[in-house]
Amino acid sequence: MEDRKERAFQDKIDAELKIEPKDWMPEKYRRHLIRQISQHAHSEIIGMQPEGNWITRAPSLRAKMVLIAKVQDEAGHGLYLYSATETLGITRNELITQLQTGKAKYSNIFNYPTLTWADVGAIGWLVDGAAIVNQQSLRRTSYGPYSRAMIRICKEESFHHRQGYEIMSKMALGTTEQQEMAQDALDRWWWPSLMMFGPHDSDSAHTSNAMQWKIKRETNDDLRQVFVDRAVKQAELIGLTIPDSELKWNPKNKNYDFGKIDWNEFWEVVNGNGFCNKERINNHVKAHEEGKWVRDAAIAYTEKNKNGARA
Amino acid sequence: MRDTILFKYVLSLGDDALISAQRLAQWAYKAPFLEEDIALSNISLDLFGRANFLLEYAAELKGENTTADDLAFKRDERKFTNLLMCEHPNGNFADTIVCRFFLDAYDKLFFYTLSKSRDKQLASIAAKAIKETTYHYRHSSNWVIRLGDGTEGSHRKVQEAINNLWTFTGEFFKMTQTDIVMMKKKVGVDRKALKIEWDKTINDVCKEATLRIPENSFMTTGGREGIHTEHLGHLLSDMQYLQRAYPDATW
Repeated sequence: MEDRKERAFQDKIDAELKIEPKDWMPEKYRRHLIRQISQHAHSEIIGMQPEGNWITRAPSLRAKMVLIAKVQDEAGHGLYLYSATETLGITRNELITQLQTGKAKYSNIFNYPTLTWADVGAIGWLVDGAAIVNQQSLRRTSYGPYSRAMIRICKEESFHHRQGYEIMSKMALGTTEQQEMAQDALDRWWWPSLMMFGPHDSDSAHTSNAMQWKIKRETNDDLRQVFVDRAVKQAELIGLTIPDSELKWNPKNKNYDFGKIDWNEFWEVVNGNGFCNKERINNHVKAHEEGKWVRDAAIAYTEKNKNGARA
Repeated sequence: MRDTILFKYVLSLGDDALISAQRLAQWAYKAPFLEEDIALSNISLDLFGRANFLLEYAAELKGENTTADDLAFKRDERKFTNLLMCEHPNGNFADTIVCRFFLDAYDKLFFYTLSKSRDKQLASIAAKAIKETTYHYRHSSNWVIRLGDGTEGSHRKVQEAINNLWTFTGEFFKMTQTDIVMMKKKVGVDRKALKIEWDKTINDVCKEATLRIPENSFMTTGGREGIHTEHLGHLLSDMQYLQRAYPDATW
């Protein structure tokens, strides 16, 4: 019985049909999706912090408005993705608890600090740039609600990517101090951005099933390569240097070869030993706890006024 | 400069929007829940947009190649003429909501009248502000009611916020020399005349929220003359840091 259902499920996926919340799905597929989509949602939410760190200091009225709009979009993306995850039979409260207790992860990149205004540019250009490569691929993911969320999110992410690149180009073409900030930001954000695609496919615990179920459509390494090829050209255009001495054009493969990623650093940060891991979660917990009385009041008010119980 | 009085008038309205927006922006990723985070950023964004229009207009009136950014990022505390309520620190969620509630109720009345200004540019900025303010007012007044009539704890917090912030409301209706000149020219608003309607709004909402209006009638004023609370300097040093540290850079 179970086998027959599983075969029908796989046939549907092979035929490029979407799986919808009420369809039968293997428990492992459901669990894989909950892990992946909620991790994605948490990344949007925690990702508000490094950029939010610069909202009050953004150097022009326009820069401020663009940055607030961007951080607000991230909150919105977090919302759609939490809703998409909820279709798999888990509540937002449970997801938040998983984030706050460390059971669920979020993108490692947000454990690095934003030290100068150029870092806000680097996040838009590189971090959102990397996210777009991944998300464009996920528009074709097999789970309907996730795929639809990705289509919507991709549109907004390309605006984020452009605003980041615009900040970087203004600074790279600005005063000597601005140029130094831009190069320094690229130096610090480049390698962590490459790590965003996850371990090499040979070392990734989650790749094989995910490919068969078409949750993932392309491998980590293939997506990383797309990102590198795009970013190298963009860096050249504004006169910044990618911090990789082994980076060179490979005429045979028609793409850029690049140096070795420091996976020790990656795993250290994943396992909690990054620069800002504790702070990011503590900030989230603090806001959540400080907001409890407000949420309680809203519930109490609704209860009191239910069904016209009070005139 | 084309018109010093009009410049001062527009600048003070720009400062109200700018300083309020900067305060609300400090809530980013710290709100009680995600939907509220989005709402507060939305309001902040509206107010920055309003500040931008008003400061661009003020810059144009000032001439000498002044930009809106110069006015926002390169003036000192004493040159800012926002109402004191706008600069009040966020405090807890009830403090922010009450602060916004008092201001939104005032803005609704103020911009409605300003939309009839003889100055076309002010009238059009005001018309846009009315739409936003209607939504802002709905947001803050609904929260005052929910918090006031929510739990004992929320009631206490929102009542404390009202008690603490009441002293800054008198300034809303205090006419300066600039206001008087602008009113006579039918450019500006008779702020004193807004008080009756404002009091009624506040009373009605507080009644529904089971909250009390303080009896203490001492009012702290000074914002329009550039006399501020000590909080404004810190807000500005944060906001203006990059423009001040790298005066030759463009961003």
